[in-house]
Parts: sequence; C-alpha cells; structure tokens
Amino acid sequence: MPAEIVIASTAPAIGQRSIPRPALGESPLVKAALIGVALVFLLLFLVIPLVAVFYEALHQGFGPYFDALVEPDAVAAMELTLLAAAVAVPLNLVFGVAASWCIAKFEFRGKSLLITLIDLPFSVSPVISGMVFVLLFGAQSWIGPWLRAHDIQIIFALPGIVMATVFVTFPFVARELIPLMQEQGVDEEEAARVLGASGWQTFTRVTLPNIRWGVLYGVLLCNARAMGEFGAVSVVSGHIRGETNTMPLHVEILYNEYNFVAAFAVASLLALLALVTLVVKSLLEWRYADQIKATRR
Amino acid sequence: MAEIASTTLTGGFRKPSILPGFGITLGFTVAYLSLVVLIPLAGLALRASGLGFGGLWAVMSEPRVIGAFKVTFLTALAAALINTVFGLLVAWVLVRYEFPGRRVIDALVDLPFALPTAVAGIALSALYANNGWIGQFLPFRVAFTPLGIVVALTFIGLPFVVRTVQPVLQDTEPEVEEAAACLGANRLQIFTRVVFPAIMPALLTGFTLAFARGVGEYGSVIFIAGNLPGVSEIVPLLIIIKLEQFDYAGATAIATMMLVASFCLLLAINLLQHWTRARHAG
Repeated sequence: MPAEIVIASTAPAIGQRSIPRPALGESPLVKAALIGVALVFLLLFLVIPLVAVFYEALHQGFGPYFDALVEPDAVAAMELTLLAAAVAVPLNLVFGVAASWCIAKFEFRGKSLLITLIDLPFSVSPVISGMVFVLLFGAQSWIGPWLRAHDIQIIFALPGIVMATVFVTFPFVARELIPLMQEQGVDEEEAARVLGASGWQTFTRVTLPNIRWGVLYGVLLCNARAMGEFGAVSVVSGHIRGETNTMPLHVEILYNEYNFVAAFAVASLLALLALVTLVVKSLLEWRYADQIKATRR
Repeated sequence: MAEIASTTLTGGFRKPSILPGFGITLGFTVAYLSLVVLIPLAGLALRASGLGFGGLWAVMSEPRVIGAFKVTFLTALAAALINTVFGLLVAWVLVRYEFPGRRVIDALVDLPFALPTAVAGIALSALYANNGWIGQFLPFRVAFTPLGIVVALTFIGLPFVVRTVQPVLQDTEPEVEEAAACLGANRLQIFTRVVFPAIMPALLTGFTLAFARGVGEYGSVIFIAGNLPGVSEIVPLLIIIKLEQFDYAGATAIATMMLVASFCLLLAINLLQHWTRARHAG
C-alpha cells in the first residue's frame, strides 16, 4: 500500500490528499475481504452444521420429529441425562466454591500445583476419562470380584455414568471462580470479620453476592458439558437402550441404525440446549462482564 | 483466636489470615480432587506400571496402534494449523472491525464448546457426505477419509485459538502501530513486525490448546472418520475397541502414552502462558 508510505514518510503529503487515511486500519477493500473470508469460514464450520441439525430433524415434518422425542427409549435417555447432570453439577458446584475459597482467599504453599491438578480433567481425553473407571470398577479390577459378589453394578450402570460425568465436568466451576475471587481479594471479607460477622455470614452476605454471576456462569458451562458428554460416558455406559443410554449416546445409536430423522430430532434438543447456553452466557458476559471474568489474565 | 493459634501451628505452610474456613475447604478440595481425579488416574498409572516397559512397547509397536497414533497426531496438527490461520483471522475481524452481526458472531464462536460433540459429529458427517450440502460441491471425498477427521477437529478447535488471541489483540495499543506508521512502515510491515510478534505467544498457546484437544477428541470424529484401521482410525477409538475386546492391557498401554502426550502438551501450554504474561508485563 504505497499510499500509506506517502502519509508516513512525508508529512506534507497528508495535506495534499483529499481524504487523509488514518494510519491504522486497512483499506476498505482489504477490510471487506478479510471480513468476507472470516464469515465464509464461520458459515461453513459453525452456522451450516447448526442449521443442518434442525433441518435434518424437521425436514419430514413435525410428526416424525415428535414421534422420535416421545418414544420411550428417548424419554429414558433424557431422564438419564438430566439425572447425571443433576448429580454432577451440584457436586462440582460445591467443590468449585470450596476450592476457590481456599485458593483465592488464602496464601499457602503448593497452591499452583493444586490449581494445575484441578485443571487436569480438561487435558485428559474423554475416552480415557471413562476408561479409568472401567479399570477401577470393571470386572477385571481389584474390587471387581467383590462388587460382583455383593451384586453392586458400577460400570455399565448409573453410578459409572455419573462418575464419568463428574470427572469430565470437574474443573468448570472452580476455574471460573478462582481467578474471579483472586481478583476480588480479601478486603471486603476481612472488613466483615472485623465488624463482627461470623465466617458463614461473611461468606453468604459478602462473598456470595460478589461471585453470584460467576457461579451462574460456571454452572451453565458445567451443565452444558454434563448433558452433552459423549466419549467418557460412552465407555462406561454399556449402551443398554432405555437403561444406560444418555441423550448423546441415544443419538449415536439412532444414527448408526440409519434412523436419521430420529437421531437429528434428539440431537436438535441438545443443539437447543447449546444455543440456550450460548445466549445466557452472552447475556451474562454483556451485562455483568466485570463480575464474571477477572480482568487480569 | 483459634485462627491465630492454628497459624502458629501450621508455621510456614500458609500466611496468617483472619478469614475462617481454610482447613475445611482445603481439606474438602484435596479429598474430593483425590477421590474424583487423582485416584482414578493413579489406578491407570498403576496398571501401566504393571505392564512394564516391555509390555508397553509390545502394544505400541503394533502396526495398527502406530497407524492410529499417526492419524491422530497428523489430523490434529492439520486442524490446529487451519485453526491458527482462520482463528487469527476471525479474532482480528471481531476485534478490529465493526460490521452488522458482529456480537452474534462473537457469541457463536463458542458454539463448539457448547454443542455436544456427538451432535457436531453427525451434523458434519451429514454435511460432508458425498450427497451432503457441502460434500456434493467438493471434487474430493471428505467424509469417511482422514480429511473428515480434519474437518471435525477444525470445528472443535476453533474457539481455542480465537479466545486466546482475541483478548491479547484487544490489548495491543494503537500508539505502537501509529508510531510504526509514522516511521514509514506499511500495513503489512506493521502487522508482521509489530502486531504479530505481540500476539505470537497467544497464537502459539491457542494452537497448542487446539492441538491437545484434537488429539483426545472422540465424539465429533467417529461419525465422519470412517474408522478404517491405519487410515482413519483415531487413538481414542482404538482404546474403546481394545476395551470392548477386554484387552485391558492394550487399552492401558495406549491410554498411558496418550496421557504422557497430553501432559507434555499441558506443560508446553503452561510455559507458553507464562511467556505470554511475561511479555505483557514487560
């Protein structure tokens, strides 16, 4: 772009040009091209797949769509998914709040190691996340024979599914809250304590109002993953229709049976969940940006 | 009073504080972490150590396993590279330009985080199949080839690059670019010599995050991959196949190698983030 060199190298040139171009920013043509390429990329990789889910689900009309959703196995899968999330999310919520309290409000040795360990499940492949529970509780494990003798089924049953879900969603709330609470510091809590509040009062009346939107944000992401997890749950589920199939696993079975309309119908519910998650997440980010994300990176 | 007493007891372990609840929250955190994450992972490590180096090597030298690792790492690398280029472009466009629908698109970038992987998998394989909306216009096959895996991993990895580069790009000061322009640099020079070095650590972090995620990804890949051993069979699928055949030793060996690889990547990510922060401070 020789025009810009002219602006920069010889100062009077600015006056000679009819419309001085700012030093920053690309020419409108380059700008339009960049925006265009980015939008086409996003269209191909994000928008069209999303649209395709709803199209494939609905292109034979609402009848087959609703039939697929009210079918007993689909309902059972929905219930199981809700149940797994209903156990995993509260557990990881309590953990996240406790972990961020001790990490953000106190200084102690080994803190960064603890933070790294909390993030660990994110770097483990979902399949391995499920597999560790098969090794721990499966028929070939040390306690496998004992479990079988006492007729306790963990793998290929509900407990295994819940455990795998808890594992993969483990860091979500903690990793949102730790930086947020670290940034908020301890001044307000210390003031409350000095003014005579008990520990619990300090937490519920000072800390909790400060972190509530951050908590909601973490729970939202945690829930989306809990309901959508596929790999880990697939390893421990055993794929028994109507019994140990979660919604994503039900989608897989229907798809492999070439029952595409039903597969996409169930998938459309999960896509809807993803969309709701994105909308609420964006609203939280726009409305309460300062109370969700620590500005420090 | 109790707190003061306990700090003297714990000595140098932690700084004194008047806030309560340290013991109980740390205790709960460590106990829950151990129960949910550390003990299960230790179980895997213990199993692997039972195999010994010989057992590990025997599994790892199987042609099918070598093939799966090759496919997994190469496709993850290709997808991460694509995401580095387009992720930077998307981040740039979102940060620097105003255009209608920018906020919606910004929100949509997180879709791969929110959309269950199985849903992404069936949607992509329907689109890129030979008679699919996109596949019918392409002169070559995408679905059921390694290219399909790259498509799925590109979808999965995109937000990692965009979300790591975006904040750094937002923080770059216009003054620096203005100075470069005043000193005679053109836009391309400003980008390659001023902007790019500033966002390079973040870009590398995003690349590594996308790569690490791609290596472990399962749900979105298996539908579009075709899963032909040695050609389009990924490591996570091979682990599942071994588990289904009750070949727990084989599965353990492969999983151990995968874990070692992910931990190396995790270490690289931490170092990169350290570098990014150091650069920002300096």
